[in-house]
Amino acid sequence: MLKQLLTAVRITVISIVIFGFVYPALIWGIGRVTWPNQAGGSYVRAHGRIVGSRIIGQLWTRPQDFAGRPSAAGKDGYDPTATGASNDGPDSSALLARVRASLKALRSANPNAAQGIPIDLLTASGSGIDPDITPAAAYYQAPRVARARHLPVATVRRLIVAQTHQRTLGILGEPRVNVLELNLALDRLH
Amino acid sequence: MTLTGWLQAVLLFLVVLALTKPLGTYMHAVFSGKRTWLSPVFAPVERIIYRFSGVREDDEMPWYIYAFAMSAFSLVGFAYLYTLLLTQAWLPLNPQHFPNLSPGLAWNTAISFLTNTNWQFYSGESTLSYLSQMAGLGWHMFVSAGVGIAVAIAVVRGIARSGRSTLGNFWVDITRVCLYVLLPLAAVFALVLMAQGVPQNFNAYHTVTTLEGRAQTITGGPMASQEAIKELGTNGGGFVNANSASPNENPTPLTNFLEILAILAIAAGLTYTYGLMVGDTRQGWALFSAMATLFWIGFAVIYHAEAAGNPLMHQLGVHGGNMEGKETRFGIAGSALFAEATTATSCGAVNAMMDSFMPIGGLVPMVNMQIGEVVFGGVGSGLYGMIEFVVLTVFIAGLMVGRTPEFLGKKIERREVQLAILAILITPILVLVPTAIAVAFPAGTATLGNTGPHGFSEILYAFSSSNANNGSAFAGLGGNRFYYAATGIAMFFGRFFEMIPLLALAGCLAGKRAAPAGAGTFSTSSATFVFLLLGTILIVGALTFLPADALGPIADGLLLHSGRTF
Repeated sequence: MLKQLLTAVRITVISIVIFGFVYPALIWGIGRVTWPNQAGGSYVRAHGRIVGSRIIGQLWTRPQDFAGRPSAAGKDGYDPTATGASNDGPDSSALLARVRASLKALRSANPNAAQGIPIDLLTASGSGIDPDITPAAAYYQAPRVARARHLPVATVRRLIVAQTHQRTLGILGEPRVNVLELNLALDRLH
Repeated sequence: MTLTGWLQAVLLFLVVLALTKPLGTYMHAVFSGKRTWLSPVFAPVERIIYRFSGVREDDEMPWYIYAFAMSAFSLVGFAYLYTLLLTQAWLPLNPQHFPNLSPGLAWNTAISFLTNTNWQFYSGESTLSYLSQMAGLGWHMFVSAGVGIAVAIAVVRGIARSGRSTLGNFWVDITRVCLYVLLPLAAVFALVLMAQGVPQNFNAYHTVTTLEGRAQTITGGPMASQEAIKELGTNGGGFVNANSASPNENPTPLTNFLEILAILAIAAGLTYTYGLMVGDTRQGWALFSAMATLFWIGFAVIYHAEAAGNPLMHQLGVHGGNMEGKETRFGIAGSALFAEATTATSCGAVNAMMDSFMPIGGLVPMVNMQIGEVVFGGVGSGLYGMIEFVVLTVFIAGLMVGRTPEFLGKKIERREVQLAILAILITPILVLVPTAIAVAFPAGTATLGNTGPHGFSEILYAFSSSNANNGSAFAGLGGNRFYYAATGIAMFFGRFFEMIPLLALAGCLAGKRAAPAGAGTFSTSSATFVFLLLGTILIVGALTFLPADALGPIADGLLLHSGRTF
């Protein structure tokens, strides 16, 4: 029995070296050579500085920018150091009150929208840092963004088409638009 | 529901099916000590490990030594992680200067990883140093998965061997599974994840200024390496709080698909390994079919419930499926598929928040855990959990026809049935008793995130998950000292009070001589048997948990559809 206990300690030590240190270090080493951008955090540069990460959603509030989804991450939302969701149940009065408030705010901010409000703009994401919105959510905001930027709506809509990522292999996931990339593409139009 | 949503599920299933035989064959070779194509790389490492640890490869262990070695290894692992979490502030690789964990949280987290549960009362990105993550949690992700598979293999050896009372060598089994199975798969998967955008660095968090002039702190860490083993080992402990919902851990629809595949692949492959070990691959396919049937039922119900959406939102003029707590890139189908896979197995990673699922969408994951995670199940634990039910089914079938029950030629007698029942009964005891205690005392209801039946569901889910060593949560439930202690106890006993009786059962079976099958032998690979097995699983699960589920998700669903809010 004592022999087994001693073996347990030794196996623990040597396996920590292999699986706890060598393995992650090996992956890190390969990543630095082959995919330094992704391994480093997929930072996006614009206007000569880093403005965020491609895979991490941000809070957008200016009328000339497309906005992302509601977020429950951190105090103001979109805090990558406090990821998480509302965890409101489907019959939670807090959830319904929040949706009602979002409905009102979106309607007053987008008086010229052509269609109903897509559900992703009213519901908080799982991570709180969802970088994407559905194409419908982008089209919904197009008239507001176009007016604020003095652009024809058709131009903005064409940009959304160009920025839409389709399903992988035609069946995996859902079509989506990366909000940071879309807003950067808008900036480049000027 | 959409056609593409269904096609995504069908494609996943076909890939799992296609991998089952090659992966199962490979694992069989690994556990029989045969040379594999990876031996030139790993055999020297294996020898170094044995020499360093004083392991003799041909030392066979009876079941109680096997169980003792497994327990000793787990105990040492617990002490190590507990100490690491309590001292991380003074150790390197902590660029954010996170303080030491509180003893309660460290205790809960250490048990959680030791038992392959990975329940998250911690928030990785704001609590744990990179050292704690990779050398603490990450190491446990390999070895706790390895322990599960080793025990499953030992149990199958007990069934397959005849007149020999030993079950193999625990140290050899755990070394081989971690080295030859988990490590190469994790390394390849980690590289794919990294190419898709999962970070792998040791940088301090970086605060950037967004285009709108706000500060945003981007996190980092060795995430890709951890994410890979998190899914492959059905561990499920997120590097960050939001787990696989976070784009850091799961950035694209492709990574989502591969993560679900990684959760299921080894557990599915083990059914084939089982078939090879008992000398009849139809036995393995019979288990696979039972598992696949339950998998499809579960997925269909979740997908339907989530795609139908929330009637209370529809009344506000908002249409579409339930997107609260879900990510845009995965949508409803990708989230439903992940939820089914993660609770059918003991993974517990989540890519969408179950607490915000529709009541019936949340019921299915709960039932998956309550029936013991035998739908592919955790790596190893799914197989030995299913074997419990097989023994019970064989016994019930024997009673029905009035013959001494036999399983693969071995008589199932009083002691075997007692041990199987003991392992099965531990689940309801560890789920229902703590739930009742939690409801009765203020400490149990103080940290609920929701009220009404949904609040009760949060508690029931927490104990279903911790006992089943799953680790997913209705995450509205917050941690306090009551839950640190209560879920810790449920995780511990849920793991070891299932493994040890099963090893004892295997020990009994190993010593028996197999009799050749006769005309009256009840086949355990026929469609009739699969049907009976499914019946046993559902009746044992349904009868035991139906009253509790009726008070939680079922009441929740009925009230929601009558327009009641809480």
